[in-house]
Amino acid sequence: MDDTALQGGSSAQGEPEWAKGAGRWLAFWHGVWETPIVPPLILSLTFLGFGALTNGIGLSLLHTLFMTVFIFALPGQVVLVDEMSRGASVITAAFAVTATAVRLLPMTVALLPVIRERSGPKWMEFVIAYFVAITFWVETMRRTPAVPRRFRAPYTMGIAAVLIGASVIGALAGFLLAANVPAAVAAALLFLTPMYFLLSMLASSRGAGEAMPILAGLALGPLMHLAVPEWDLLLTGLVGGTLSFVAVRWLRGRTLA
Amino acid sequence: MSSHATFIYILLAGVAATAVWRMLGLFLSSGLSEDSALLDWVKAVSTALVAGLVARTVLFPPGALADVSLAIRMGAFGLGVATYFALRRNLGLGVLSGASALLVAQYVFR
Repeated sequence: MDDTALQGGSSAQGEPEWAKGAGRWLAFWHGVWETPIVPPLILSLTFLGFGALTNGIGLSLLHTLFMTVFIFALPGQVVLVDEMSRGASVITAAFAVTATAVRLLPMTVALLPVIRERSGPKWMEFVIAYFVAITFWVETMRRTPAVPRRFRAPYTMGIAAVLIGASVIGALAGFLLAANVPAAVAAALLFLTPMYFLLSMLASSRGAGEAMPILAGLALGPLMHLAVPEWDLLLTGLVGGTLSFVAVRWLRGRTLA
Repeated sequence: MSSHATFIYILLAGVAATAVWRMLGLFLSSGLSEDSALLDWVKAVSTALVAGLVARTVLFPPGALADVSLAIRMGAFGLGVATYFALRRNLGLGVLSGASALLVAQYVFR
């Protein structure tokens, strides 16, 4: 069962043309090239706002880019900058940031088995795990299942490279412009992210079974936010995900029986 | 804060506080194969979590988005989803139509 390279659905018949005789570098470049323009564009636009924010509270450009590359999770970065600007202690800030980052745990656990090759180098898994964030997760889960397993890790690193580059360019531009964009434009920029997250999850879901956790999350998110604001996202995931998981299993059992 | 102190603050409260969950995820994922039931559950949890973030952002928005009326936010979001399906699941045009509807509506309905 473990040796998915031998029996994985996509390996023999559905292999893309470029994969025949390809090496890891070529797979990396395909990960870069095949990234559609929309996800990196949205990241650039949202990080534009972050660059403007750090400039506003007096952080340096180096601090801004360092956070963008090594934290690489916008909600946590915004919370961190907010805590810094209010003069919070390191401990207080760390707790607030870590609360926004707990969501990365189930995402990392779900993503790695998709890109993992048992005999592949471990450092690639480490690098990929280090940069897990929502846009990267959505894009990788959508695209890598069509890639032969032996090339998934370098291909995924290509996706990561594009998204990190796009974030850095956005933060840099935002910092330098310290954008005084009109409020209506700022609102539209913020709106790109939820729009993109929902549509790309719909794009990667096949059938009602995979759409169910999306619907459950949409319904529970606002309710949990009102009931338990500190833990809303984690609880939405746990409750909504578990309910849809159980429902899908139960429905499948019924149709098979 | 000096620049060095700021870097240490960022490393502890930002980088370490974020990376710990990713590394724990890397560690916990090692026993899972792609088609295990456990992984199906984990995928469902993380999908519901991101969907929850989407609904929260539209209904309880941050920053500049909070100044836009609820009707415009919901309408633009619905239009984006409808465009996506109408244009045979076109991701880019779905996203752009939703965001531009939100922009235009702010000038039209004020």
